[in-house]
Order: sequence, then structure tokens, then C-alpha cells
Amino acid sequence: MNEKAILEMKNISKSFPGVKALQDICFELRPGEVHALLGENGAGKSTLIKALGGIYQADAGEIFIDGKKANINGVRAAQEHGISIIHQELVLVPHMTVAENIFLGREHGRGFIIDRNEMVRKAQELLSAHDINIDAAMLVGKLTIAQQQMVEIIKAISFNSRILVMDEPTSSISDKEVDQLFETMRGLTEKGVGIIYISHKMSELDQICDRVTVLRDGQYVGTLNVSETSKDQLIALMVGRELVNYYTRDYLEPGKVVLKCENIADNDTVKGVSFELREGQIIGMAGLVGAGRSETAKCIFGLTKNYTGDIYIDGEKARIKTPMDAMRYGIALIPEDRKREGLYKVQSVKFNSTIEVLSQFIKGIFVNQLKEYEITRKYIDMMSTKTPSQLQIIGNLSGGNQQKVMIGRWLATNPKILILDEPTRGVDVGAKSEIYAIMNQLVKEGMAIIMISSELPEIINMSDKIYVMRNGQITGCLDHTEAVQERIMELAAH
Amino acid sequence: MLVKIRTEAEIFMRRNLGIILALLILCIIMSVNPITRNTFLTERNVFNVLRQISSNLYLACGMTMVIILGGIDLSVGSIIALSGCISAGCVVRYNMPIGAAIVVGILVGLCIGMFNGLVISKTTIPPFIVTLATMNIAKGFAYVYTGGSPVRVVTREWQFLGAGHIGIVPTPVVILVIVLIVTGLIMNSTKIGRHIYAVGGNMQAAAFSGINVAKTKFLVHAYSGIMAGLAGVVLASRMYSGQPTAGDGAEMDAIAAVVVGGTSMSGGTGTIGGTIIGALIIGVLNNGLNLLNVNSFWQFVVKGSVILLAVFVDYLKNKNSKQ
Repeated sequence: MNEKAILEMKNISKSFPGVKALQDICFELRPGEVHALLGENGAGKSTLIKALGGIYQADAGEIFIDGKKANINGVRAAQEHGISIIHQELVLVPHMTVAENIFLGREHGRGFIIDRNEMVRKAQELLSAHDINIDAAMLVGKLTIAQQQMVEIIKAISFNSRILVMDEPTSSISDKEVDQLFETMRGLTEKGVGIIYISHKMSELDQICDRVTVLRDGQYVGTLNVSETSKDQLIALMVGRELVNYYTRDYLEPGKVVLKCENIADNDTVKGVSFELREGQIIGMAGLVGAGRSETAKCIFGLTKNYTGDIYIDGEKARIKTPMDAMRYGIALIPEDRKREGLYKVQSVKFNSTIEVLSQFIKGIFVNQLKEYEITRKYIDMMSTKTPSQLQIIGNLSGGNQQKVMIGRWLATNPKILILDEPTRGVDVGAKSEIYAIMNQLVKEGMAIIMISSELPEIINMSDKIYVMRNGQITGCLDHTEAVQERIMELAAH
Repeated sequence: MLVKIRTEAEIFMRRNLGIILALLILCIIMSVNPITRNTFLTERNVFNVLRQISSNLYLACGMTMVIILGGIDLSVGSIIALSGCISAGCVVRYNMPIGAAIVVGILVGLCIGMFNGLVISKTTIPPFIVTLATMNIAKGFAYVYTGGSPVRVVTREWQFLGAGHIGIVPTPVVILVIVLIVTGLIMNSTKIGRHIYAVGGNMQAAAFSGINVAKTKFLVHAYSGIMAGLAGVVLASRMYSGQPTAGDGAEMDAIAAVVVGGTSMSGGTGTIGGTIIGALIIGVLNNGLNLLNVNSFWQFVVKGSVILLAVFVDYLKNKNSKQ
């Protein structure tokens, strides 16, 4: 590895009204290394990246590229310095082909006439140079998320970027696709590209990263070699304290069966799913993306119109056609995609906390504001949500706190059966641990929980029983005592 | 409790500071300007302004809800024409009692609103297209029904609704107060009000929350129809006739009031209080320009510029508070 840094950020500071987002941050990237940037939500990772990408201007500090001072005063300038950022939300145009997306804004051709064939040929060359098997003439909308990510990477490379920033690239792709992504990343580092890698998944650090820099509350905590650092050490650095029990789980003897599903199918993804859920039990649903786990949950919650199969609640057959029906049976579903399916982003914490339980404090045209306030307060306290006030717009909270409000919102409906779909996605480690503790508390009080998750460690450490799904069917059921990652992956992969 | 209500009022003040200031400045200019000083703050002129903005505010009440829902209702202007004509026709052609004629007029609005709501809630056709279509249909029916000429009503009682007074207050202003209270209650104090904000803020999340999205959309469009029907009847009363040209472009004034009032066209946020201020700004501006004898052609230019300015100030404020 070449020891001379291609990128050096020195004493970067940035303030927003009322907040010091970054204070004297130093960061260094060597060619051919994958350097992880770690920190809880709000630690300053995105602000630092935005300062590097020219989206924000740092108030103080200097950026050196190849040892030369660089003035990055805009997105354009960043690109010219060879910096490319792949954002968490992909920004490709779905109605255009792969080639058109890669060369967007720098189309090949003479004058106004675009030479499509030439573009497709060039794009295909780039793709095959990195061993990526995607047809450059395909519409981007038809690709999987993982494939779109590859296209994003190729697009970034095609600018001759030498500094690549990847913001949570693995948050919505399956493990197999993650391997493919890592393969591509390794190919890039061999060519001397430096990659800044942001992820909440600690387990990925060992696999792909060389060094890690930890930020906390906008301050630089330290830079370490991944191979010499334990996971617990890193978590302690991020959180600023020792997390004694990352996972909290007291296994108790489960009670009676509260939910029984027989042969649930939705004529599409779900092909005959049967399982049982008991009081005081957490069952984990493992599987690859697209295995039909969320879709099964949607059937149970009445979000899928024409599903077949039987659902029994407390031993009696239930008729669930709409979410209203499901809620009457005491079922709550906290959806997978918080932004799209859960949050009222422009509304207050209070609005978001109470939308399910309006009947508890609105009678006709009379609003019991005190009751509304108390309900909100109760779940803010219970979840230890950090918000300046109940009237704070929820979009301004961190991912972890948003998720806590979501969970609180559904707990307010007093459910017997709680379905959590990816409960800790985009949530920082501190908040994750708190969410686990709350789940443990809830099952101790007799609630039954279904947890759908792509993070195997949390599935293994939190569930009583683990159901593994593949292609719309359950391929295995493991007890928590016998569950190991390898066994689950065997059942999940084709 | 008192503290909490104050903070909500404070938030309203802070979010709408730009337009509140604009309205105040506008009023101050009118009250100190030597040309308008003696007329602007007279009781007659104040009621005049309120009466003039009342029709716009009826529409804007429905429109605020529709826009918070993330949609738009272009048909309200044409509903004014159709409901006014049919209501007047009920009196003149079928000798119906005035009260019944008024109810029929409002029902006409309700029916078109319900039709809008039905199509919008059951399909994914954009509200813009649906209401653009019903706008033309309603306008067409108004012409067909009247043959293109006004339906004159000579009965004196007919004029009470639009041109009469209750005490010293013009009847349309009394109706306006009632309409505002009802709308405010629906939006702030009922479940359906919360549902409107929820559906407009994130339709998919609302469906996950067990909110009946289709019903919410249907009811809001029906309400917008009622408001337009009411505006049509009041206007027909004031003009002693149902006119097929009445309400031309009224939907745009309503949209302007809502948007100047801080409701976002992308849905999810907005207040009826903001809309009232928005309508007042437009109303006071119109009145001021008239009192100042500004050429009516120029009035359009000034009005447009003020709308743009108000929204721009709002934009700047939001941009700064985000960073």
C-alpha cells in the first residue's frame, strides 16, 4: 500500500445555527484503502462528506488532495478533484438506459445528435472492465437495487474518480449482493482508488475495511486499524461509554399461541407460509431480500387485498381484510421503509405519535389536548426518544429517534402482536441497543413479537425461534440455541 | 395547558411571520397614505373588503384541505357558475321557495365535489386532470342551462344572502365567519382533520396506519364542492342573477390565497389561519389599488408580483431555517 495520502482533511469545522456540526475533524485517505467512517447518527459523518463533496462549505480547515491544497467550493470542483459520492438514496433516472445514466450530462455525439450506439459500447466496456454483468442498453428501472448501485459505482469511476465515498451502500441489498459489491470494491482499490465507507453494520468492517475513523458528536475520536480493533472497542468509542449488554434478552417459557398462520399466500411472492407465535416470544424471520418476509407481514396486517390462507388469533379464525381489522385484533406492524411507509415527515413528533390513537383523545370536535400531550409524553419517555419538544418536526430528528417514535406510535395502540420489519435499519448502535432492551421488556410483559431482519446477529441474539424464508416459503425453523449464521444462510440461499 | 396553547400560537406566528408582516405593512401604508387615509379604515370600507374576500375564502377553505391532501381542485370556479345559475333558475323557472333554491345550489356543488372525490379516490388519475375535466363539464352545463344569458331574479328576498345585512354586518361576512369556524374545527379538532394531514403528508404511511385514504379524499373533495356551491349561490344573490360567466378564474384566486397563506403545494402542511391571512393580503391589495385608482390592467401585474414576493419571502425563511 502506498503510504502517501491522496486525501487529507485537516481541522475541518462547520457550524449551523445553534449546532456545532463538526469541530476540528481530521481525516486521511490513502490510495487503495477502504477507510470506514463510523459514528452514531448525528455524529457528523454526513456533514463531513458534504464538506468533501462541495455541498457545504466548511467554516474552517483545509483539504489537501495529493498533498496539494484544494479549494472545493462546489459539487463541480469536487468532481474535478476526482471525488465522487454515492448517496444512500440512489439518484439514477429509472426511465433511461444504463449507458444514458452513466454518461448523463456528458453524452457522446456530435453537436446535438447523440450517438447512442457509441454510448452503449463505451458503457459496456466500462462495465466489463470491472466484471459487472449488466446490459448497458437496459432501462435502469428494470435493475435490482444492487445492480443500480453497481451502475452508480461505474458512473462514479467514469469521472476518473480516485476518491469514492459510499454512504450505507449495503442497507438495502441482500448478503449475496453485498459480496458482489465488495468484490467490485476490491477491484477498485487494486487500481489505487481510495474508498470512504459509511455503514452501520459493524460486521462489514472486518470484511472490507482497512482503517476506521470514529466521530462522535461532531468531534474526532480516533483512527484505528480494523485488524487490531475489536467490535466492542469500536462501539465504545462511538457511543462514548461501554455498552455492557448490546443485546438484552431474557428467555422465558412462552405462553399460549396467539397467532397461527396457515398456508398464507398472496399469488405473487408469498407461497404458502405457516407458523405459530406464542405469548412472550420473539420469532425472527430471516432470509434474503425478496424472500417474501415483508410480504407475509403485509398479508397478516391486511395490507394485501387478495391473500389466501388462514389466520388464527387466540385459536379463533380471524377475518383480516384491512389494517383496521388487523388493529382490532391487536396486531401492529412497524414497516420496513420508515420514510415511505411510516413517517409523516413534515409533521410534529406529537402528530406522529398519536395518529393511530386519535379516538383516545378526540371525541367529535372536542380535543383533549392534555391527554394528547400525555400520550405523547408517555411514549417519548418509554422509548427515551431525544427530541427538543413534542412540536419538533420529526424530519429533523435522527433516524434512531424517528424509529423510536414509530415504535412508540404503535405501542400506543396496545397491541398483543407486534410485527417489526427491519426495526433497526438506519439506526445507530446506541439506539439499536435501546430498541433491543425495549423488545425484551415487551415480551416479558406478554407481548408476542415477529421480527423481520436482514441483520443476522440481531436475529440470532434476540429471537426464541428463527424461521428462514426462501422464495416465498419457510425453509427451516431453528431454535435460538442451535442458530448460527452459516446454518441460516444455508437455508436462505438457493 | 395555557402555556402549551401559547406555544402553538407562537409557532403559527413564527411560521407565518412573513405574511403577517406583509399584511400589516399593507394596512399601514393604506392608513397613512393621504389618498386612502380617509377611506381605508372606515367601517364601510372594512366590511366592503371582507365581503369581497368572502367568496374567495369559501373556496379557499375547501382548497386548503384539498392542497394539504396533496391535490388541487380546479373545478370550483365553474361550480360557482353552475350552482348560481341552477339556484337562480329554481326561483325564476320553477317558483321554488328561496330557501329550497339555495339548498339546491349548494347540493349542485356537493354533487360535483362528490364526483371529483369518487374518481380521485378510486383511481390514480391526478386530481389536476380530473378537476380540469369537471371544470369544463360544469362550465358547459352552466352555458347549456342558461343558453348563455344571465338568469335574472327580481325577488327582493333573494338578495339577502349576497347583498343583505344582519345588523350592520353584510350577510356574506356572517356566513364567512361560520364557514371559517366550521373549517377550522374540522381541520384542527376532528379525526378526519388529522387524517387529511396524514394522507397529504405520506399517503402510504396513512394506509399503513389504517386510515381510510379513499374516504378521506372523497370527503375533502365533497367539502370543497359544498364550499363552491355556497360561493355560487351567494354570488348569484349579490348579482341578482345566475350568470354562466360568474366565477371565471375564481379557482386561481383561491389557490393564490392558500399558497400565499403558507400551505405547501406538495401537501401535508398548511393552516386555515394562513389561508385567511393570504386572502386578506389579496383582498386588501385589491381594495387599496382601487382606492388609489390604479389602472385595472396594472392591478394584475401588482397582484401577481405580491403573490410571488410573499411566497419568495417564505422560501427564503424556510431555506435559512433548514440549514
